[in-house]
Amino acid sequence: MFPRAAWERIMDAPASHDASASKIAFPRSAWERDTTINQETKMLKIENLHVSVGDKPILKGLNLEINAGEVHAIMGPNGAGKSTLSHVLSGKPGYNITEGKVTYMGEDLLDMDPEIRSREGVFLAFQYPVEIPGVSNIYLLKAALNSIRKHNGLDEVDAMDFLTMVKDKIKLLEMDEKFLYRAVNEGFSGGEKKRNEILQAAILEPKLCILDETDSGLDIDALKIVAEGVNSLRAAERSFLMITHYQRLLDYIKPDIVHVLADGQIVKSGGPELALELEAKGYQWVEGQAA
Amino acid sequence: MSSSAKEVENLIAQEYTQGFVTDIEVETFPPGLDEEVIAKLSKIKNEPEFMLEYRLKAFRHWQTMKEPDWAQLNIEPIDYQAISYYSAPKKDSDKPQSLDEIDPELLETYKKLGIPLDEQERLAGVAVDAVFDSVSVATTFKGKLNDVGVIFCPISEALQEHPELVKQYLGTVVPEGDNFFAALNAAVFTDGSFVYIPKGVRCPMELSTYFRINAANTGQFERTLIIADEDSHVSYLEGCTAPMRDENQLHAAVVELVAMDNAEIKYSTVQNWYPGDENGVGGIYNFVTKRAECRGHNSKVSWTQVETGSAITWKYPSCVLLGDNSVGEFYSVALTNNYQQADTGTKMIHIGKNTSSTIISKGISAGKAQNTYRGLVKVGKGAENARNYTQCDSLLVGDRCGAHTFPYVEVKQPSAQVEHEATTSKISEDQLFFCQQRGLSAEDAVSMIVNGFCKEVFKELPMEFAVEAQALLGISLEGSVG
Repeated sequence: MFPRAAWERIMDAPASHDASASKIAFPRSAWERDTTINQETKMLKIENLHVSVGDKPILKGLNLEINAGEVHAIMGPNGAGKSTLSHVLSGKPGYNITEGKVTYMGEDLLDMDPEIRSREGVFLAFQYPVEIPGVSNIYLLKAALNSIRKHNGLDEVDAMDFLTMVKDKIKLLEMDEKFLYRAVNEGFSGGEKKRNEILQAAILEPKLCILDETDSGLDIDALKIVAEGVNSLRAAERSFLMITHYQRLLDYIKPDIVHVLADGQIVKSGGPELALELEAKGYQWVEGQAA
Repeated sequence: MSSSAKEVENLIAQEYTQGFVTDIEVETFPPGLDEEVIAKLSKIKNEPEFMLEYRLKAFRHWQTMKEPDWAQLNIEPIDYQAISYYSAPKKDSDKPQSLDEIDPELLETYKKLGIPLDEQERLAGVAVDAVFDSVSVATTFKGKLNDVGVIFCPISEALQEHPELVKQYLGTVVPEGDNFFAALNAAVFTDGSFVYIPKGVRCPMELSTYFRINAANTGQFERTLIIADEDSHVSYLEGCTAPMRDENQLHAAVVELVAMDNAEIKYSTVQNWYPGDENGVGGIYNFVTKRAECRGHNSKVSWTQVETGSAITWKYPSCVLLGDNSVGEFYSVALTNNYQQADTGTKMIHIGKNTSSTIISKGISAGKAQNTYRGLVKVGKGAENARNYTQCDSLLVGDRCGAHTFPYVEVKQPSAQVEHEATTSKISEDQLFFCQQRGLSAEDAVSMIVNGFCKEVFKELPMEFAVEAQALLGISLEGSVG
């Protein structure tokens, strides 16, 4: 039964206890300990992926491999299929996968329900985070963390330990604690919504973090804060797939590999310098190459 | 959960399977209703003469009345002669001795709700009157309440011990001919709770009644009468459960509240009668008249209801604001799933000066259910500076259910201010996917979103029952997402 209401009451009450009093070490989750990824094992392997919406093909034979610890950026013009890729990987309904295969940690990703993908460590930072009136941010965060912990055979965290943990993370993103008690994304500015997404990633500690146009709608100050948050999450066993329209984000989050997505395919891959070249020459340059 | 809690849980499960619910010997009247049945009922209860007269008057009136047909409800015809009007445990020794024995179903529900058992221990700190079919079987904490002069007992007992009080107030808020179901109740009610809070007393604990329909083919007609004398305060809660049966069962209750000068009554309901199965077979017909009279100046009555059960709910807890500066409040969550129907709301009748009322209604419809809010705000000629605020929100889960809103406003006083806000929304696929992407199952996500939607009402409930209500919503929504 989901609403573990006993703690929810505590969550709804303003925090009054001394946070330092309950310094409980959070056990590294089982899945983090167990999955010392063999260099040979890809974290994510996308092979010849074809996806349509209705009858319209969007992705047309996309191939991509991401190793543990790598940061990949996918750039591309509007309508190239960037958001479709992030939605298909996270399991959003409404897409027809007509061909191809996606392997995540050696498992068939496309076979998993969206919540299972999440619990297995796939996180999507949404381009347009939704509002959930009446549900406090901290309630959602704790419910999410516990569903993931439960899936991985761990005990649920109690309210006090959780609060301590969240307070540490929230400082990182220069967010006010009041955010925790506000309804999920309700009345948040664009920048606050994006920071909130990164806060969720910081708490859920995913293995594969997909950032869908995380830079859109951010001013430069907010962009820096979000980027710092993302950078602090970089780890040897965590990979990132950043989807972006502009090179600007990559000034703050340095990718290992940059891909250009055009007309449903990866048409070019390279180092960070590719992004700069793209910025200088425009997408027509790669679109010309694809043809 | 600790091992001892586990043991208790197992014990409860055992009690449930042994089931005094099925084993109990009951005395039940044969089906049918006439003056003879009423006389017999009154005699069994050893009622004072005025009660029989009251009942017969109500019955005669009832015979001239028709069932109301104005509600947005589809009701199968009810054969009132096929119902038994009295059912009670036969021997005193069959009566449960403690709360645990009274309602294993309720404890079972708690178990399913995942509420820790220590919560239940805390619940035991609430004075409870348990009504099993037609009779009240146990009232707890009577002594402690007696010390401060609070009377909390079955109404049948009040008729023996305090007939003058009952006579003074019974039927003064809901007259015996008020409406079809209220008249039927007045004729045949068998038990219920009676509360009297004397002048200047703040009731030291929550008072609570658990109603349970057990026997098949019986109706339950309980009567609750609460009087808060000057400067007094009471918080009262009722909970309702019933076993699963394929036939519809009738529940026609009447609740009357009287608040004198500066008195305050808070009345909370968590209604979880059996709603019928997913095909709409069985379930309780819940036709209830609840009305409060704020007779005194500065008096206040607050209704909070969480309605998740019953096949059909027809219920409009109302406030008549007679005293100057009196306040009426109505906070409601009505959830319907599968084939459930609810037509519920409130009436706020402003008569005194500077009276104010607040209505917050949250209707949730899932499956193939129909959910209707119906409310009346009436401001009389003399109600200077009357104020009302109404907020009426509907949430749809899926695309086969319906939400309807019928607000009526009648204002005869130019200085009155009446506000009405209404919204209808649907749980969006984007919200669902967002929650799933954070690891929640679709059902948990719906439950969470619905709980968020109801937050303004839940915060009005006493703490323990807010917990119960939240969990109930989750259970009631099971199977609402495909």
